[in-house]
Amino acid sequence: MAEFHEISPNASATEKLVNWVDNRFPMTKLFKEHMSEYYAPKNFNFWYIFGSLSLLVLVIQIVTGIFLTMNYKPDAALAFGSVEYIMRDVPWGWLIRYMHSTGASAFFIVVYLHMFRGLMYGSYRKPRELIWIFGCAIFLALMAEAFMGYLLPWGQMSYWGAQVIVNLFSAIPFIGPDLALLIRGDYVVGDATLNRFFSFHVIAVPLVLLGLVVAHIIALHEVGSNNPDGVEIKATRGADGRPLDGIPFHPYYSVHDVFGVGIFLFVFSAIVFFAPELGGYFLEYNNFIPADPLKTPLHIAPVWYFTPFYSMLRAVTSEMMYVLIACVLLGAGLGVVKFKMPTIFKAAIVGFAVVVVAMMLAIDAKFWGVVAMGGGVVILFFLPWLDFSPVKSIRYRPSWHKYLYAVFVLDFLVLGYLGMLPPSAIGGRVSQLGTLFYFGFFLLMPWWSRLGEPKPVPSRVTFVAH
Amino acid sequence: MSETLADSGQIDSSKRTWLIATSCAGAVGTAAVAVPFVSTFQPSERAKAAGAAVEADISALKPGEKMTVEWRGKPVWIVRRTPEQLAALKSLDGQLADPKSERNPAALTPEYARNEARSIKPEIFVTVGICTHLGCSPSDKFQTGAQPSLPDDWQGGFFCPCHGSTFDMAGRVYKNKPAPDNLEVPPHMYLSDAKILIGEDKKA
Repeated sequence: MAEFHEISPNASATEKLVNWVDNRFPMTKLFKEHMSEYYAPKNFNFWYIFGSLSLLVLVIQIVTGIFLTMNYKPDAALAFGSVEYIMRDVPWGWLIRYMHSTGASAFFIVVYLHMFRGLMYGSYRKPRELIWIFGCAIFLALMAEAFMGYLLPWGQMSYWGAQVIVNLFSAIPFIGPDLALLIRGDYVVGDATLNRFFSFHVIAVPLVLLGLVVAHIIALHEVGSNNPDGVEIKATRGADGRPLDGIPFHPYYSVHDVFGVGIFLFVFSAIVFFAPELGGYFLEYNNFIPADPLKTPLHIAPVWYFTPFYSMLRAVTSEMMYVLIACVLLGAGLGVVKFKMPTIFKAAIVGFAVVVVAMMLAIDAKFWGVVAMGGGVVILFFLPWLDFSPVKSIRYRPSWHKYLYAVFVLDFLVLGYLGMLPPSAIGGRVSQLGTLFYFGFFLLMPWWSRLGEPKPVPSRVTFVAH
Repeated sequence: MSETLADSGQIDSSKRTWLIATSCAGAVGTAAVAVPFVSTFQPSERAKAAGAAVEADISALKPGEKMTVEWRGKPVWIVRRTPEQLAALKSLDGQLADPKSERNPAALTPEYARNEARSIKPEIFVTVGICTHLGCSPSDKFQTGAQPSLPDDWQGGFFCPCHGSTFDMAGRVYKNKPAPDNLEVPPHMYLSDAKILIGEDKKA
């Protein structure tokens, strides 16, 4: 608790007002801690814009969402019409709606790039594990938010997309069918489902999202930002105790980010005004047809940002199960043979593997498809404890790591592309390979991340003044 | 100022017991309050009541045609199969995951439909048009022979556009497809030659 601070009677009115507030609320203190005296590494490159941009998109989504809610009707009989009403009859309603729909895709673009930045520069590693975990939770909440929002226009893709995803839950043994019923509130996706998804989309999930974003930033400002060199700037301080390689976030990065925001808004506006559907990727054509519970569109696929995980779901067939069982047995076998540990642990590994294989044989491939899809997201949470590389940043890792990361990105894009296509024999095989690679990348990381000779890491960040 | 209990390092164990007891009572109360909130997620009485049986008139249905009626919000298909389609069913057993409808028969196949054609009258096939994988409605692929997404020796049936499951003309799922089960045959009965009641059978 700060002492009550008296100010000179000759101070200006502004200073007096600031002093009055500061005695009652830590305004200046918060501004200093998070802006003017928050020292960020001076060697940020363009990859560091996406955190600020995702905050910007969050604000766009909340503001446009509030205005859409004023004209939208969460009723199965009225929803589709009310969205068309917003598009045609509400003055400028089309702009607000297109900003919201484009914002949804933009959100995922900036978040995916933001996550990839973290992956490249080891931003998830000690002491930033919690930042990463909060971030993964934000990603998960964002997926829930996008999924539930997508039902609201009540078009064919809304309806059948929700039908498929809710039915995923019914694949869980024993409790699944009742759980799916509890989510839908009816025996098929219907008015009850629409109404509750609306409630979740406009209030419940956004509240969680905001809380997580605050936690993400508090954790970041506690430990400080990582940087492309993966060097801790706090380790080298000047005489005044400030990191030598740090610059105050405000004004340096606040101005820098405004520039990034400008470029982002160029692209964002171009899409909103000239290609809001973006060739069916941002708004799917079938969603301009009202929901028909009796007829599934000939080709249904989720919106692009879900398709990599959707491919993993489709990849798990009963044939694929044998490959997965072989992987489990191989993993357990290697664990027992390769590592030195007490017999009791080895017995536990073998026992666990036997139980898993028994479950894999007993439960439908459909359930394991759901597990793969969920696992694809959940595995990200564990990244800080999978990476054993002696250096953080990709810059100082063995060169072949870069190729491995490139293949990983390519794999993710291919899975995403295949998830948009109708099922095919070749596509199925490729997505099975892709799924194995995706999980192999993470699960084998404790092994491959130790391999090779890392390059020497400098003690200070590399920075060329411009 | 007198020394507080916390400063003295002593523990007032009777106060601690009461703190634990009241905290537990509070937790139980909170859990109990969660019950009505979670219960509102269940289908409402109105949703439960909307499951009445529906009648379908099949007199205009020609061989090789399908009609759809809505029952409990789901599409129910009625197909009048051609003799060729019926004949093809027998040859397919080896390619099907559950040709004899032995999996989960209580939920999927009523007793009167546990036969090769999965129907009461061989030519009339009644089924819920919802894929047993993730609830999409498969599309008709009655034409035989090679076509996109289907095997070259396709004998006619249904194809789910979502994840590529295929079903034969009796709604039986092919092997190695994401759908685990055959299409559901709903309880149904003939009121006359031309009228089917869907949602009720003689047992009920």
